[in-house]
Amino acid sequence: MATETLRPEDAKRALTEAYPTKAARKRAKQIVVNAPPDAEGFRPPILSNTRTTPGVITQRGCSYAGCKGVILGPVRDILTITHGPVGCGFYSWLTRRNQTRPPSEDAPNYMPYALMTDMQENDIVFGGEKKLRKAIREAYEIFRPKAIAIAATCPVGLIGDDIHAVARDMKEELGINVFAFSCEGYKGVSQSAGHHIANNGIFEHVVGTRDEPPGGKFRINLLGEYNIGGDAFEIERILELCGITLVSTFSGNASYDQFARAHTADLNAVMCHRSINYMAEMTEEKYGIPWIKVNFIGAEATAKSLRKIAQYFGDPDLVERVEQVTADEMSRVRAVIDEVRPRTEGKTAMLFVGGSRAHHYQELFREIGMRTVAAGYEFGHRDDYEGRKVLPFIKIDADSRNIEELDVEPDPERYRPRKPPEELEALRAQGLDLGEYEGLMADMEEGSLVIDDITHYETERLIELYRPDVFCAGIKEKYVIQKHGIPMKQLHNYDYHGPYAGFRGAVRFYREIDRMASTRIWRHVTPPWAQDPRPETLRQAS
Amino acid sequence: MPESAAPAFVSTTNACHLCMPLGACLAFKGVEGTVPFLHGSQGCATYMRRYLISHYREPVAIASSSLGERQAVFGGGPNLRQGLWNVITAMRPRVIGVATTCLTETIGEEPGPLVEAFLAELAGKNPGVTLPRVVTVRTPSFGGTHTEGFRRAVRALLKALARPGPAGSHLNLLPGMASPADLRHLKDVVRAFGLEAAVIPDPSDPLDGPIWDAYTPVPPGGTPPEALQAAGRARATVALGCMAGDASGPGAWLRDRFGVELLPLPLPVGLRASDRFFAVLEELSGRPTPGWVRAQRGRLVDAYVDAHKYLAGVRAAVVADEDLAVGLSGFLAEIGVHVAYVATGDRSGSLEGAVDAATAGLLREPPAVREEVDYYTVAEETRDLGLGLVVGTSKAYPLARDWGIPLVRVGFPIHDRFGAARQRVLGYAGTQDLFDRVVNALLAQQQEASAVGYGYL
Repeated sequence: MATETLRPEDAKRALTEAYPTKAARKRAKQIVVNAPPDAEGFRPPILSNTRTTPGVITQRGCSYAGCKGVILGPVRDILTITHGPVGCGFYSWLTRRNQTRPPSEDAPNYMPYALMTDMQENDIVFGGEKKLRKAIREAYEIFRPKAIAIAATCPVGLIGDDIHAVARDMKEELGINVFAFSCEGYKGVSQSAGHHIANNGIFEHVVGTRDEPPGGKFRINLLGEYNIGGDAFEIERILELCGITLVSTFSGNASYDQFARAHTADLNAVMCHRSINYMAEMTEEKYGIPWIKVNFIGAEATAKSLRKIAQYFGDPDLVERVEQVTADEMSRVRAVIDEVRPRTEGKTAMLFVGGSRAHHYQELFREIGMRTVAAGYEFGHRDDYEGRKVLPFIKIDADSRNIEELDVEPDPERYRPRKPPEELEALRAQGLDLGEYEGLMADMEEGSLVIDDITHYETERLIELYRPDVFCAGIKEKYVIQKHGIPMKQLHNYDYHGPYAGFRGAVRFYREIDRMASTRIWRHVTPPWAQDPRPETLRQAS
Repeated sequence: MPESAAPAFVSTTNACHLCMPLGACLAFKGVEGTVPFLHGSQGCATYMRRYLISHYREPVAIASSSLGERQAVFGGGPNLRQGLWNVITAMRPRVIGVATTCLTETIGEEPGPLVEAFLAELAGKNPGVTLPRVVTVRTPSFGGTHTEGFRRAVRALLKALARPGPAGSHLNLLPGMASPADLRHLKDVVRAFGLEAAVIPDPSDPLDGPIWDAYTPVPPGGTPPEALQAAGRARATVALGCMAGDASGPGAWLRDRFGVELLPLPLPVGLRASDRFFAVLEELSGRPTPGWVRAQRGRLVDAYVDAHKYLAGVRAAVVADEDLAVGLSGFLAEIGVHVAYVATGDRSGSLEGAVDAATAGLLREPPAVREEVDYYTVAEETRDLGLGLVVGTSKAYPLARDWGIPLVRVGFPIHDRFGAARQRVLGYAGTQDLFDRVVNALLAQQQEASAVGYGYL
């Protein structure tokens, strides 16, 4: 079947036909052919944030991974102790390739350390609280951190260790901030639950504890940027050029004190909507800080995001400075696009990664003339696909209910609306999408495939059907895709490359994709598309 | 003697060991047509895949029963059944290796009976259809390290598949967690003695395979299940590693259950340990060591002589899984390196005795030997030892970097260098590779530090 004549509906059928009936029925709801919005502006619904079917090989991780690995991972001076047996702490030990830049040589950086209680049988049987307390005291003696976080693994909740009580006691005993996260791996349906648990904890225990604002006229927080491969450094460079002060990033290149005074910013700029939109909402309710969705992946997207920030502050000098910086940077970017584009134009990409990357990186491909023919998230929710418009219609299931929603009220002393309601309305009328996100589908072509929580099997079938020029996912998918003769780009840790954010990052990414799409290495490879033995049907028990 | 190995800390900082089910998954990958399956939270499968894949740079599919909060309370049976069914239909495995995780072990869920009931039901509904074998193993991470998980999975595979029968002339070779390249070499040398041996398990092809020319839901290669079946009828089991003779190990199980003679040997790293290994093969085959293997030995000794002056006076630390730690200690000691410190995250209690035996007569003073340690402790305890070399995994890199000394990467995990699957340390040939790497690491260090920058060394 030639790529040109493949109907997306046929592809969808081909992806699910080998599954047993029950699994096929469920997967069919998670695989959607993108269509234009209906009269009310709704995209076709996609089943997402639902439990992974047992036995399929999923890309997804767990709640602990989302909390300890993703959100707390890039914070250099909160000492995180994993309470549990050895595996989880080991596997989350710097594996995400986050980077950080302490302000001085002797400033603390605990990211190279993986602390854990390494629970043994005795701890499981008789409880691990005692060991946890000892471990915290020990960690304090050695490192003298400002704050200690405790991250729970599966056994902790099951044996009933009260890590929050331990945190309270130790906070009192040591006189530093100690807080705990009940992010046991079985909670929620993916790492997304862990992001939520982590952000709730940071919001409750850290944000708002230091009131002195940093200097600067235009103060923002950057939410949902995790400094993989140095992305945050490039964004920081650009913001500085524009004269915009970054109060705190959640949580790339972040520190405890930045979190503590995040409430002194005047705008929240949200990168990864999935992992942190609730933090934006909570800070708006409690402190009166509005938020906008930004995207610093893609040169045009970066320029657009800077303009949105300038528009929000409404300062003519800032607007002008942003235009200058953008014009200057874009001239260099365009030169590379012109060089690369003749080789990349018309090629196709697939992106199956994360909770926002599968959306953001389409920008970069578009800029060099490549089409995204299929994309989806590992752990996105419906609003990340269909836009926040669907939020009122999302059914809350038992898994979501188990993740605490904080009851947030305006802070009696610190709540300060940053702009009067009329001004916000006026900004909206001028097209500034305050508190809005349209989702991934809005930016994808009609007839493209949108697939939630793609499985190992579907990945292989998709490759066979579409033979994309570049497939983007993570290291778990990397080698199976390359075995099939398709160039593969890791968008979790960038194949040890990057940064790809901002203007300089965009240039680096174009060159990388150019290299990948043009390499002659594949002429040595005979791809396995010729054969396709279909399994015969078995009848399921029960 | 140095003081006994007692962990100085309650907490673990930068562990030297991984979790039990990871070892089990690695063992399962070494049996033909096998899909590893973790009964627990899906994060376990994802984390372990991530680690195995970044070491081997090969696809590693590990299925999961994806238990959630509800299953943690009411039991994971239905998820296990559904998960097995989906693996059977989509991947058509010959064997599924189910390992438990912290979650299922904490709630005390024994997967064996659940699996048996499910398979019986399936067989009833699909008469005449060959269903996969499902092997289960208990691997709680609070009960041991990844090496223990590996051993338990090998034993579970044998317990599930090995059958009695008239004794054959074939051998079982239990190599432990060896690299694909080492496994290939072991198979070559055993064959060269005219011996027929089943390597159990043998992930050399599944974890170091070619580009695919056909759709392969389960990568080809591995020990055929038939060879596991025949393991109970083998003439003898040659088991490698310092726990090879342990009463709870797979080799002892074959001996106790089927009367298969167990020949435990240390990992053949270095001349002396390799000599022992080849002596056993000579005895089993009744043939002398083949000429090309003797030539490898000769070249190795020649290399030892040629490079000895580069090695004299170098003090080294070894941080590795216990089997490897013993092998490396013996090897380093025999090439004239002073092994000052040997550490492992394992905790079998066998390390000190095994290191003593491996280095007997070779060291002026015995090394400090530590079990159940983490890298934080290793760093604390070795700071003043005047080390010039570290031999260990990628996790030892920060330590080597801090001290400005070379790290020779051996073992698992190696995620900052290419070609871990093709790295050899076993036999004369593997030792030769290792020896060259050690010498060159020291030469490179000297050259880079030299103000003159000599080009001839």
